[in-house]
Amino acid sequence: MSRKRVVDDPLMIAGTKLRSRLILGTSGYPNQQVLLDSLEASGAELVTASIRRISLEGYAESLIDLLADRCRILPNTSGCVTARDAILTAELAREALETDWVKLELIGDRETLYPDVEQLVHTAEELVRKGFVVLPYCNDDPVTCQKLADVGCAAVMPLGSLIGSGMGIANPAAIELICARSPVPVVLDAGIGTASDAAFAMELGCDAVMANTAIAKSHDPRRMASAMRAGVEGGRLARLAGRIPKRSFAEPSSPQLGLVGS
Amino acid sequence: MTHLRINGVEEELPVATIAELLAERGIDRNARFLAVAVNGNVVRRAEWPAAALSSGDNVEIVRPFQGG
Repeated sequence: MSRKRVVDDPLMIAGTKLRSRLILGTSGYPNQQVLLDSLEASGAELVTASIRRISLEGYAESLIDLLADRCRILPNTSGCVTARDAILTAELAREALETDWVKLELIGDRETLYPDVEQLVHTAEELVRKGFVVLPYCNDDPVTCQKLADVGCAAVMPLGSLIGSGMGIANPAAIELICARSPVPVVLDAGIGTASDAAFAMELGCDAVMANTAIAKSHDPRRMASAMRAGVEGGRLARLAGRIPKRSFAEPSSPQLGLVGS
Repeated sequence: MTHLRINGVEEELPVATIAELLAERGIDRNARFLAVAVNGNVVRRAEWPAAALSSGDNVEIVRPFQGG
């Protein structure tokens, strides 16, 4: 029943149906086989890739050739610090991968990898105008998320905490607020450390979770990929089921009538 | 000879088109997922044989890699 419920609950982004609510980053795995096994264990249908200069010593196949046959590739603009570079990277990605989808990253600070919100909104608008399906990595700020939705982004990807930090969701109240108000899907991006973080994101109302380092750098990526999948599914089910209100005092769960000796 | 900046490196090469440049570097232009930009503009694959390169052009040759 629960498994069926999850399967019947697809994520829709820009009219595309995704059965899995886990988006997988593909960087930093110990080797290619572990990545492929982890991808399978995760159940993810959407995986991210970066666009980089090729080696001029000759063309070598990358793992993307294998991944592209198994799932949908979401190119990112990681490392870009200017609108111009981000737009060119998105256009190169569109040509290379024949997809209009792009995970827009515009970094404002190389140390914290925090988004440059001002440039991000303008660049997202420009990419939308050029026909891209834009999924921006952004701050956990409801106003920024609203602006990104207003300029036509297909989803928003607020950070839980710093990229690669494994610090989980630093400001759950902000993420919950974003989820409650967002007219487009909310994908928790960055900061996930373990499966309970993914479950928590989903319980707060996120539509999906993106994870990379938490899986790739765990001791057993295949197992963590499975755990992340279960966390996302469990969190989603809990969200749909509805948590009980928190109380300051105990409330017995057993009946109070008919106590022995009373 | 054409003086080009290719993926950030200055080079003098006996090439006049993108297709010739790729051939000169041993890059199969039919390989999947390749993309090329000249002076900040993407040049579609079908245009590579005819797309002329001239001295001073800034060429980016890219493909997708693993990323997060």
